[in-house]
Amino acid sequence: MSSNSKVSYSEVKNNGIGFYGLLGIFGLFLLAGVVAFFTMEHNGHHISGMDNQIVWGLPHIFAIFLIVAASGALNIGSIGTVFGKKAYQPLGRLSGLLAISLLVGGLLILLLDLGRIDHVIMMIKGFHLNFKSIFAWNMILYGGFIALVGLYLWAMMDRSKTAKKLYKPIGISAFTWRLILTTGTGSIFGFLVARQFYDAAIMAPLFIVLSFSVGMAIFIMVLMSAYKWTNRELGDFVLNKLRYVLAVFILGVLLLEVTRQLTNIYATEHHGVEAFILKGGNIYSTLFWYGFILIGTVIPVFLIFCKKLKNNRMALYLAAALTTIGGFCLVYVIVIGGQAYPLVLFPNAEVTSVYADGVINSYSPSKWEVMLGLFGVALTLAMVTVGVKALKFMPVSLADSVVDPHS
Amino acid sequence: MSKNNIDAYRRKFLVGTGVAAAAVTVAPGLLLRQAQAKPADEAVTDKVRWGMLIDIDNLPNGGQGVVDACKKEHGWGNETHSNDKQKTHWVRTVKVTEKLTKHSFQLPVMCQHCETAPCADVCPTGASFKRADGIVLVDKHICIGCRYCMMACPYKARSLVHEAIYDQKPDSPRGKGTVESCTMCVHRVDEGKQPACVESSGGAIVFGDLNDENSEISKVLKEKGGKQIRADLGLNTGVRYQGI
Ligand code: SF4
Repeated sequence: MSSNSKVSYSEVKNNGIGFYGLLGIFGLFLLAGVVAFFTMEHNGHHISGMDNQIVWGLPHIFAIFLIVAASGALNIGSIGTVFGKKAYQPLGRLSGLLAISLLVGGLLILLLDLGRIDHVIMMIKGFHLNFKSIFAWNMILYGGFIALVGLYLWAMMDRSKTAKKLYKPIGISAFTWRLILTTGTGSIFGFLVARQFYDAAIMAPLFIVLSFSVGMAIFIMVLMSAYKWTNRELGDFVLNKLRYVLAVFILGVLLLEVTRQLTNIYATEHHGVEAFILKGGNIYSTLFWYGFILIGTVIPVFLIFCKKLKNNRMALYLAAALTTIGGFCLVYVIVIGGQAYPLVLFPNAEVTSVYADGVINSYSPSKWEVMLGLFGVALTLAMVTVGVKALKFMPVSLADSVVDPHS
Repeated sequence: MSKNNIDAYRRKFLVGTGVAAAAVTVAPGLLLRQAQAKPADEAVTDKVRWGMLIDIDNLPNGGQGVVDACKKEHGWGNETHSNDKQKTHWVRTVKVTEKLTKHSFQLPVMCQHCETAPCADVCPTGASFKRADGIVLVDKHICIGCRYCMMACPYKARSLVHEAIYDQKPDSPRGKGTVESCTMCVHRVDEGKQPACVESSGGAIVFGDLNDENSEISKVLKEKGGKQIRADLGLNTGVRYQGI
């Protein structure tokens, strides 16, 4: 059973300025990203704000964020397929499309930021893969994700009997795969034993719940925008389902992040970095408390549960947008904050050198990094836009009368 | 970096210039141990584990001479566009002051040539690798410049080259967008010579085979011990210190 029988799908028919205007805007960002790539490739990374102290910067934040969101965006489909929740099934196709698009957007940023992109070809040709490396595993996981979600989309969209038969098993495989994938992404940090802020197994589960919340938030925004701009009907039944699931996910992230910080506080050797992030009075503590906790957690949860705002679409859209911003702030704190705090060569001693030992490193991204990051976002959105125009990803109507089994 | 340069480099350390541990009789009292160059077709062997013991109390000028010698040998640090935090540093001197006692000392820090090297573990391509004889290297031919190894290194021993490099030393090819670090002067070691820093140290650094209990370095280590930086990480470093 691929979806509710009442639901029918169609391509987006609009050919107006709106559609091409939107693509035009994405195109500009894509172009800017390409310019940034060639400029950085030509000059070397010295034109970026990254250096040998902060080695991963804004491109990595964008990339990790999009990749994490990708696996989360697939959840909406999975809830329908794996857990058999009928109400979510009509959303499955869009969820798969968004998942692939987010992943491709994120991966391309990573690729374009490499010091030697030409060596990637050598790497593929010579099959230079180090299987001890979680990074190498991730490359396989990402490739597999795209393939599996592609299959999943086929199983949802094809009318053949085979497709119908495979719908559930493929859906389950895709869901399992995505859990492993996010574990892999989180483990990128978990394996960095030397960095005090990362050295924790809880990094992987944290990334999984984070993927749930930001993936859901981005899906809600894409869904609402798409239905608004194409004048299709989107009822409260679907939105309210998504609304409460989003709230649960936001609280899940909060729970795991608090656990992580608390366990860090208990480990004596991590006191320094914890104090630095939580009460350092720096950009990281600001992003953590105001960005992640207040804007990304407290306000969205309020917007969702406030009785007066029930069925209020603005409130839901805002909650989703703020959750996205909050998640981005958290990734920023993890990626940059973890590097800004100096490596501890000698505990209980002060160290100095001409090479920034013992000092808190600062980071301000150059315009090139910003352009690269936005390139990934634009690519994702452009892929979704072209996708819904070319193929039947969107149900013609998500009105309550169509999707609510009780109506 | 020209392609030929890299190729030559790659051939040199991959295809098999190696050195055996053949111990040569050492003149008594000399803090040096010579290794004998081996024919180019002899493979690098894991019978040897090269290491260094740095006695910081006897190192002149807090180890600045070591930094200068390394720069001269490998040509790093001459970047013109990179800012101070972007410039490459194969070795640097670090001043340490204990918070409680105010006891203070200075030491050179470079790649510690770990037995279980985190950089080699995380590198997706295998560009970061540990040679059979314990020397940790980057194969610039397949390094994609992802910097994961730099994230993993506890010693900040690795640098990304942030700009195009000209006038390179033939034995130390370097390239924009790839990662580099101390090679333990593998080109010299393979010729039976000592690393440049060891030669410059006036006897304060002993270089030799940690696997050979009769080597000078093993004897001194056995008698006086040698500490690792961040020994708690359990990396079993090839570079050891006295006086820290
Ligand atoms: S920067 Fe190069 S050497 Fe370091 S992990 Fe990446 S590919 Fe390996």
